[in-house]
Amino acid sequence: MRPVGYVRARSVEEAAAAHAGHPGARYLAGGTNLVDLMKLGVESPGTLVDVSRLPLDTVEPLPGGGLRIGATVRNSDLAAHPLVRASYPVLSQALLAGASGQLRNIATTGGNLLQRTRCPYFQDPAKPCNKREPGTGCGAREGGHRDHAVLGHSPSCIATHPSDMAVALAALGATVELHGADGARTVPVGQFHRLPGDHPERDTVIGPGELITAVVLPEAPAGLPSAYRKARDRASYAFALASVAAVLEVADGVVRQVGIAFGGLAHRPWRAERAEAALLGAAPTGENIARAVDAELDRAEPLRDNAFKVPLARNLARRVLTGLAGPAARP
Amino acid sequence: MQHTATGTEPVTTASGVTLRVNGTAHTLDVDHRTTLLDALRERLGLTGAKKGCDHGQCGACTVLVDGRRANSCLLLAVAQDGTEITTVEGLAGDAGDGELHPLQRAFLDRDAFQCGYCTPGQLCSAVGLLAEAAAGHPSYVTPPDTGSPDGPASPGGPAGLTPAEIRERLSGNLCRCGAYPRIVEAVADTAAEAAR
Ligand SMILES: Cc1cc2nc3c(=O)[nH]c(=O)nc-3n(C[C@H](O)[C@H](O)[C@H](O)COP(=O)(O)OP(=O)(O)OC[C@H]3O[C@@H](n4cnc5c(N)ncnc54)[C@H](O)[C@@H]3O)c2cc1C
Ligand code: SF4
Ligand code: FES
Ligand code: FES
Repeated sequence: MRPVGYVRARSVEEAAAAHAGHPGARYLAGGTNLVDLMKLGVESPGTLVDVSRLPLDTVEPLPGGGLRIGATVRNSDLAAHPLVRASYPVLSQALLAGASGQLRNIATTGGNLLQRTRCPYFQDPAKPCNKREPGTGCGAREGGHRDHAVLGHSPSCIATHPSDMAVALAALGATVELHGADGARTVPVGQFHRLPGDHPERDTVIGPGELITAVVLPEAPAGLPSAYRKARDRASYAFALASVAAVLEVADGVVRQVGIAFGGLAHRPWRAERAEAALLGAAPTGENIARAVDAELDRAEPLRDNAFKVPLARNLARRVLTGLAGPAARP
Repeated sequence: MQHTATGTEPVTTASGVTLRVNGTAHTLDVDHRTTLLDALRERLGLTGAKKGCDHGQCGACTVLVDGRRANSCLLLAVAQDGTEITTVEGLAGDAGDGELHPLQRAFLDRDAFQCGYCTPGQLCSAVGLLAEAAAGHPSYVTPPDTGSPDGPASPGGPAGLTPAEIRERLSGNLCRCGAYPRIVEAVADTAAEAAR
């Protein structure tokens, strides 16, 4: 690890100014990803701007419905929040499916969205990796890639985004609030993370020095059916091989509202728009659900060693959606 | 030392920090790269918290920060200025009477270890787990509709800590010796006692 400066910011403006005023500055929130990557030699910031104590640690109901989640709210507190558990169980479940009790106590909303891939080539500076060092090649493509992407990958990078939380946020249609030199802007979570294309070094659309201030959830009535399900190599404390987040509201025998996203399959949380379109207005029968899920996963382009992810994701999605549809899914 | 963020000061790579550990304040200069784990072990001589992986993957370094369990290997010491830290050394009675924490007693009664390397982390993690369950925090295996590990009948109490709940909630602590069954029993005993 290289020597590093440290400043603690007390306001959003102070954080942005400190970032702008220090070469190689990086925001530090919980540090569970950044400090890890510094130890590995993947990140070597000049100065850490500590944003973990910014007054962005509240979850507030919005006047028109919905919730505003501050960027420094800890993952454990968000998962346990009564309003989240009542109206957005998919988010609570996704958070609780991630990492461990002690990591969730440290990890923040903003840091979770911006955590980097767990691709082992990315994490090892001795290996080629276009994401860590553009132009060096992708070690995983011909190497070990069992855990890598089956959707939306590019010749330059086949990494997946590791967050569970972000998958739930994508299914819910949440938005990210950003503060930058040009003021504030919002980006839908589904468009916040990028596909790798020719620039895998850019995980997201965030600009230099931009700070995540909050994530906003759209209105959801208490009891709106939603759920998260994750498949992994051990029962707990492991990243997703595949996961699915879904929101499904059925009224008068047809799907009135639907949001579906996959985790572990792509460079970003994969919003399953084709599946959603196939289900909206349709009867949520087992057959219709299966057809909708296939409409999405037929686009998958598995690599040499990860074709198992496609049926895994298909079965997860069918199971979650039929569970949410309840009796309506039965013939 | 006060850290201001005017954006103009030259970059210094070490700072003074006050760490409150087990009730005692320690003021020391730390290189900013120093983790809380290294500060505890190397600077304060508190070697209870262990370094297993140094990457958040094993839980051996677990301590309590403001009463919440956390991996001290991923926390920078400089960022912990002003927090209250409890390590395994601070769990037993602080009156100097040597009274063990109920979890420590239960670990002994159940013989919940072999080599003991993971034990300080398991203990601190279990203290945090009991507090989280008492506050009504759910886990991944908590049925979503019951609201708490106990179901609606006794919301939030530790009585609903079934073995499945304890295993899930302690999954951030690995044990190379495989003492898991006894660890779960020790935590279940303590939870049952607390519920009485
Ligand atoms: C062993 C282990 C297992 C894990 N398992 C899982 C898992 O199963 N599922 C899962 O989803 N995650 C898992 N994680 C990852 C964990 O969820 C992330 O490390 C955590 O959410 C990051 O949050 P943080 O606050 O610690 O971020 P930091 O490490 O502080 O920051 C991460 C990045 O975000 C930037 N940043 C932070 N806050 C802001 C902000 N407000 N604005 C702009 N930039 C910001 C930082 O500069 C940095 O680049 C695991 C981690 C470990 C170590
Ligand atoms: S998959 Fe992406 S992150 Fe992994 S080695 Fe290839 S370029 Fe790097
Ligand atoms: S040493 Fe901290 S989690 Fe392993
Ligand atoms: S008792 Fe040896 S690692 Fe747990």
